[in-house]
Amino acid sequence: MSYVDAGAHHAPQTFITKYVWSQDHKVIAVQYASTAILVGLIGLVLSNLMRLQIGFPGQFAFINAERYYQFVTMHGMIMVIYLLTALFLGGFGNYLIPLMVGARDMVFPYMNMLSFWVYLLSVLVLIASFFVPGGPTGAGWTLYPPQAILPGTPGFEGGIVLMLVSLLIFIVATTMGGLNYVTTVLQARCEGMTLLRMPLAVWGIFVATILALLAFPALFVSGVMMLLDKTLHTSFFMPALVSLGQATDYKGGSPLLFQHLFWFFGHPEVYIVALPAFGIVSDLISVHARKAIFGYRTMVWAIVVIGGLSFVVWAHHMFVSGMNPWFGFFFATSTLIIAVPTAIKVYNWVLTLWRGDLHLTVPMLFTLAFILTFLSGGLTGLFLGNVSVDIPLSGTYFVVAHFHMVMGVAPLLVVFGGIYHWFPKVTGRMLDDRLGKFHFWVTFIGTYLIYFPMHYLGVLGMPRRYYNYENYQFIPASAHTLNAFITVVALTVGAAQLVYVYNLVWSTFRGRRADGNPWRAASLEWATPNTPPVHGNWGPRLPVVHRWAYAYSVPGAPQDFIAQDAPLEAGGQEPEPPARPREVPT
Amino acid sequence: MNGAVMMPPAMDDTPESRAPGTGLWVFIGVASTLFALFLSAYVMRMDGAADWSTIVLPQQLWLSSALLLAGSVLLQRAGTSARAARWPAARTLLLAGGVCAMAFIGVQLWAWQSLLSARVGLAGNPAASFFYVLTALHGLHVLGGLAAWASTVPAVLPRPADPARVVRRIALCARYWHFLLAVWLVLFAALGWLTPDVVRFICGRG
Repeated sequence: MSYVDAGAHHAPQTFITKYVWSQDHKVIAVQYASTAILVGLIGLVLSNLMRLQIGFPGQFAFINAERYYQFVTMHGMIMVIYLLTALFLGGFGNYLIPLMVGARDMVFPYMNMLSFWVYLLSVLVLIASFFVPGGPTGAGWTLYPPQAILPGTPGFEGGIVLMLVSLLIFIVATTMGGLNYVTTVLQARCEGMTLLRMPLAVWGIFVATILALLAFPALFVSGVMMLLDKTLHTSFFMPALVSLGQATDYKGGSPLLFQHLFWFFGHPEVYIVALPAFGIVSDLISVHARKAIFGYRTMVWAIVVIGGLSFVVWAHHMFVSGMNPWFGFFFATSTLIIAVPTAIKVYNWVLTLWRGDLHLTVPMLFTLAFILTFLSGGLTGLFLGNVSVDIPLSGTYFVVAHFHMVMGVAPLLVVFGGIYHWFPKVTGRMLDDRLGKFHFWVTFIGTYLIYFPMHYLGVLGMPRRYYNYENYQFIPASAHTLNAFITVVALTVGAAQLVYVYNLVWSTFRGRRADGNPWRAASLEWATPNTPPVHGNWGPRLPVVHRWAYAYSVPGAPQDFIAQDAPLEAGGQEPEPPARPREVPT
Repeated sequence: MNGAVMMPPAMDDTPESRAPGTGLWVFIGVASTLFALFLSAYVMRMDGAADWSTIVLPQQLWLSSALLLAGSVLLQRAGTSARAARWPAARTLLLAGGVCAMAFIGVQLWAWQSLLSARVGLAGNPAASFFYVLTALHGLHVLGGLAAWASTVPAVLPRPADPARVVRRIALCARYWHFLLAVWLVLFAALGWLTPDVVRFICGRG
């Protein structure tokens, strides 16, 4: 590979080209992240409205059954797609990839800009569904046909159409962004930045992007076909049926086909969110424990293997849909096999912490909380991965608790940790530490108080997806008390996020000024000549990398870290793989 | 000055110059996944469906296939001419390749009209639904390719300012056209010859 620097890009001169139609990856990252956080706040409000109904049924007249299901659906879709996917890939991916691999920008800056504006369009179309007659769809975030497009389901006219159109637009945006991230990693790394010197955050985002590029087409296919079923009365998914006493003109379609396509996207989606989180956590642990990541190469391979396996487990979401027992056996086995590389990662995080010089900074607190949360959420996944255990638990709050812990709370803790960690690089100022710790403790303890009891409610048999839990003999009064408690905590955690948003806004303008490397980190993004980095990132010359990103507490070094671009003589090179033992002739 | 006597453009091989090619490979991977998933859905929907009625494909599809094949060959030859700095030939072949793709779109629409006039609509028969959806999706990819082609043509007229870059762009167009042709041939074969009987045989129920 040659490393010709194409020269600093011409910096944009006007406000519009600098901050609005910007082609700078850092501005686009902030645009992505801001939009995702704003739409995430809407998702948060929707969840609190749902909790009001569950905790205090009948007390809020405006939350009728239709609206409740609309809140559930929009909350799920917003959080999974428009917040987490967009924030990890569009936000963190855009900001970190060029800086961490030593590039001046993404390789296709114009397409990168388009990616954000198309994403924004998808968000606007989604939000528009709140304002059409009938409101947004209430079909549940999985949008299963036939009910999603039939009368009786909230938003079965305009709402579902706008949801599907919004998803199709989002996929176009994700593809444009994904092409950039993958190609930048493959072709724009600076001199010395081999693939096995890349920080794990980049590895996580890189593999997650490949998953997104291969998984989102399944959602695209199902979205197009359902849109045609709804608008032009094809029968891809719609069987012959009578709806509200009226025979429909559908015939022969397969709802199961939709489920296969949806979950062929849906399960990799879990790892599209989780893999960037794994990578970011690995980097944060290493920096704040002042210790090299344990087992870097196995961490890389674990990310790759998890990504590959995520494509052969989708039907574990469909155990209750009915399938050949051998099919169930295969998918249960493949699901449990994923626990192996995942466990390797958890062990390696713990071994990195072991005898480290732990600094309990706010990013580190969120990181530690992630490990605990992901572990407990992952362990309940072992239960649900077994067909015989999944079938009785599938329709209960046990599942709600499981997936919120493992792919809701855990990745969000990483989002928070990552933002606290890189905020000084993005803005040149520190986030307020006291507000950060307040935010952390309320969020961490609060989410456990919300989701831990849900496991018990699930085992008790409390069904999910119900609008009203009153007057069921098998649900005891104590469950109602617990539901009220969960709601109060959920409202508290929701309010704590406003403190976080206040901290973001206040610190952007008034926060304590940060130097270029406040955490004394070794990875390349902290070595930019300016903080925040200017257009082109690196000044006249691109950096040259001489080691991995985890040279911490190297014996004999003058500081407790050695930057990736420090001269070769500074030492701290990555451990080489052990040489193969020579064959001794016998 | 006659382009034939110009020196062949020096080909740089830098990460920056390789990026568009890598990006195109990645896109081809994404688009292949998309079509593969559509074809999987096609087979799964067909399997055991009582409402499936195989349609007779319009004859125009043979003409459109020939046009896409011609476009693919012409663009490949345009790339060869450009690499040898035979710019007038490269220009002509590039234009002809694009025109073939436009004609392909036109013939596909003609095929649609032929089906519609035979009362084969989008709804009512899943075989027809898939035919319209798959040909439309492929057509959109051809239109996307034509957008890239249209941005390449001005770079060749009248003489390229950056020959190495133009050579790369024509080569990328050619690669994409080959992909479009390959996808179309698979789709054509599936739509024409992947019948419920074949699916039953593959699934062991024949």
